[in-house]
Amino acid sequence: MRTEGTAAAVAPAAPPARAGGFSLAEEIVGKAVGDRVYIAVITGFALMVPLLLILIFWEVALAGWPAMRQFGFSFLTSSEWDPVRGQFGAASAIFGTVVTSILALVIATPLALGVSIFLSEYAPRWLRQPVAFFVDLLAAIPSVVYGLWGIFVLIPLLREHVVPFIRDTLHLGVLPIFSGPSWGNSVFAAGIILAIMVLPYIASVSREVLLAVPRSQREAAMALGATRWETIQKAVLPFAKSGIIGGIILGLGRALGETMAVTMLIGNKHEISASLFAPGYTMASLIANEFSEASGDLHLAALMAVGFVLLLVALIVNAVARWLVWQVGRAAAGGAR
Amino acid sequence: MSMAGPQRPTARQRAVADRTMKTLRRRRVVNGIMTGVIGLAAVITTLPLLFILFHLVREGSSAVSVDFFTRMPKPPGEAGGGMANAIVGSLIIIGVACGIGLPIGVGAGLYLAEFKGTRIANAVRFLADVLNGLPSIVLGIFAWQFLVKPLGHFSALAGGVALAAMMIPMITRTTEEMVRLVPTSLKEAAMALGYSRARTAMTVVLRTATAGIVTGVLVSVARIAGETAPLLFTALGNQFWSLRLDQPIAALPLQIFVYSNSPYDDWRQLAWAGSLVLIAVVFIISVAARFATRSRVGAGSHD
Amino acid sequence: MTAIPRLLVAAAGIGFLAACAPDSGSKGSTTGAAAGAGSGIALTGAGASFPQPIYNKWFSDYAAAKGVKINYQSIGSGGGVRQISEQTVDFGASDAPMSDEEMSRAKGGPILHIPTVLGADVITYNVPGVPAQLKLTGPVIADIFLGKIKKWNDPRIATLNPGAALPNSDMLVVHRSDGSGTTFIFSDYLSAVSPEWARVVGKGKEVKWPTGIGAKGNEGVAGQVKQTPGTIAYVELAYAKQNNLAYASIQNAAGNFVQPTLETIYAAAESAAPNIPANTDYRISIVNAPGANAYPIASFTWLLVYKNPSDPAKARLLTDFLRWALTDGSAAARALDFGPLPPAMAERLKARIDSIAPGSGT
Repeated sequence: MRTEGTAAAVAPAAPPARAGGFSLAEEIVGKAVGDRVYIAVITGFALMVPLLLILIFWEVALAGWPAMRQFGFSFLTSSEWDPVRGQFGAASAIFGTVVTSILALVIATPLALGVSIFLSEYAPRWLRQPVAFFVDLLAAIPSVVYGLWGIFVLIPLLREHVVPFIRDTLHLGVLPIFSGPSWGNSVFAAGIILAIMVLPYIASVSREVLLAVPRSQREAAMALGATRWETIQKAVLPFAKSGIIGGIILGLGRALGETMAVTMLIGNKHEISASLFAPGYTMASLIANEFSEASGDLHLAALMAVGFVLLLVALIVNAVARWLVWQVGRAAAGGAR
Repeated sequence: MSMAGPQRPTARQRAVADRTMKTLRRRRVVNGIMTGVIGLAAVITTLPLLFILFHLVREGSSAVSVDFFTRMPKPPGEAGGGMANAIVGSLIIIGVACGIGLPIGVGAGLYLAEFKGTRIANAVRFLADVLNGLPSIVLGIFAWQFLVKPLGHFSALAGGVALAAMMIPMITRTTEEMVRLVPTSLKEAAMALGYSRARTAMTVVLRTATAGIVTGVLVSVARIAGETAPLLFTALGNQFWSLRLDQPIAALPLQIFVYSNSPYDDWRQLAWAGSLVLIAVVFIISVAARFATRSRVGAGSHD
Repeated sequence: MTAIPRLLVAAAGIGFLAACAPDSGSKGSTTGAAAGAGSGIALTGAGASFPQPIYNKWFSDYAAAKGVKINYQSIGSGGGVRQISEQTVDFGASDAPMSDEEMSRAKGGPILHIPTVLGADVITYNVPGVPAQLKLTGPVIADIFLGKIKKWNDPRIATLNPGAALPNSDMLVVHRSDGSGTTFIFSDYLSAVSPEWARVVGKGKEVKWPTGIGAKGNEGVAGQVKQTPGTIAYVELAYAKQNNLAYASIQNAAGNFVQPTLETIYAAAESAAPNIPANTDYRISIVNAPGANAYPIASFTWLLVYKNPSDPAKARLLTDFLRWALTDGSAAARALDFGPLPPAMAERLKARIDSIAPGSGT
């Protein structure tokens, strides 16, 4: 074991031989240079992230400007999307994006947390790897396959069993959120498929974070007489909170940007409806559907403007999430006093 | 002390014991319920995957054969087509994307963990999350604008770059989370032994966080392996064999997309088979990566 | 080396090997002369998805016959127009003709529209108990898609189909959510037969639909119809045939109810041919054609090529292929449910192809 300071102090006049034959001074300088290179490299890589985003932002804003200039604020409030007449308003798409993403997170988070907690706290060692693998594999299924499964399995299931059950058997059809006719393709179906797609992201991060909580935390709680659940609730989860929220934000990103599966299930109708069972539209689907065929400058500009709005929505949603994390952190710190 | 036998409990002690027993019962019940809820969540989570896999296997397994892996695609109506070029093409594009995305993502994640709390780090983290929410088609259009239009042709490289742009925010995020979990005591011990910051990071921190980082990388590889939209305007697709980075190249998701959009049954079967193979490829990559990075020391289980 | 550097090296290694690995043959499309002789990719094209199966078959047959590899990918008609305008591909393909504005923006000079095959839209539906080959007229279809006819047993449908057991249920209209040539053809037809449609909606690859839900792609629409009773939609003929969907007989301009078949589509092109001016640029619509046996919702699909391409070798390869497709390609087209062009038209097109001369493209 080398302790440079004391070695220099207690050693005889000649400096001790070091591996490589470098003197102490050379080694310290070498390390300093190495450190500076390391820091420069990781800083460079880190700065590429904002650079990339700024480039994309710039390009999308530039391409979408003609439409934004023409329609102004009404682009955000009007649902009128008419490529033939050149009238474009993205309100229904914005609404649909927000609703489906929220629905997806509301469904996916408890499930993902449940499975992660199960894997880290309850499952025997031999079960952990395979099941974790299994859940992570959900992320590999291509969107198209999710969409096809949704069309052939999920939508008939919803149309024939789930929706009638909610509406008639539970008599919840009187609520505006469950009212109106339903052909299956709906915001609800899109939200469910998004929840399935978002699950593996939240689950994998949560699982890793939960596994990394030191065993001593759990042991301490149990020593004090806590039940299994209380240990999880009071000793493990608080430790893992910020990591879990990170996983949720990752999942949110996927939900906002998903196109294929959503467009196959949501009905693609430019309409804002209070009912979850009505068809709708999302911004990502709108761009994906029309970009390949968009002819005419204004149409293309309108689609790019939708992309710009999507970026803004992502910015706002992430800012809100950040604020929430900060609040949670403050409350926890306050509680710990 | 006098070793008198067990004393009779006082009234006060009895009251305390009663209260404890009552709350214990309630706490046990709550524990039982939550255990059930968690178990239920675990089952519900695995159900859709089972359903989808079952559906996939039923539709696609008949078309998966040796031909599928070794033959080139054939026009509709001709039997015996395969997706050999698409499988290889996907591997190449993923390789390029990893080659670009891994260093940048892991490096950025390290930065965020090292400089946690500074304003730049907060900004970078925030922007990475925003980047995560972009529809892949926007990234494809962006890559088209910068790598296809100026060069005048589609290319596999452009496809790899578009996918790398998708990977970077995901890997950054997960790397940062995992590196943050490495106990400070480890880092301090290494530094006390005279390791430079760089060496600490490379040998101690990264090694400890490897399992978690690999999970993050694998999840992002899984995601980009199935993406179609960014490849539509960059790699374009190719019905012939090509290994070149500067030419259009075939890719599994593109081929699946085209086939599933067609009216012909034999092509649609190939689409299902392709999806099955895609998941299998990701599965194999995951297994290989986990095997290669199996840790000899458990991460985080020490204190 | 620790694990992560190992992974990085492996990933970089794959990329490096791929770049170095020699393609089996010449340098690909960079040197036109060598490309024809070697086995690299000679030409690249992109565009319409409707004709993708037949183009795929043609290019595959052509590669087997002449050794020239042409790569075609379907990214949509709009995509095809954009890529050829930017000159990132050697030729484009579109189900809808380019507008004057689009043509003025092509960077390589004037663009020629070369029709290749014929396609048709059929009206497909899924109503248990209703017979196949339901009779419908243009104005009735327009009113259905305008949302004015809402139930299956509407009197206007009943009078056209006496004796059919039409249920008293709602109609659900399914249209395309993505822009497409299929929508262009259909809206073109509806604009021709219904002044109200022309006024309220108009024609385009993407329109504002008054009613109904949108599904992605022909197969999305076909799948939706198969899954949902009570639906009515428009799809490409090949999809309806391959999926065994019921489709309607439509009254044509001559007053006869015709089914969409290769013969009736052919009749549409043939009966429209005499009206084509001699100096046409082929950006023509053949909906609601006058022939007695003509199917009213038929259309061309076009390949888009520059009149004065900059690369002479590529120009020659392209014109060789076009001539081959117009003659040797018709059998394959028929087999895949695409209508080949009438021979007279094919002859006129050959003259047009001859006019493709490499020049100093901008």
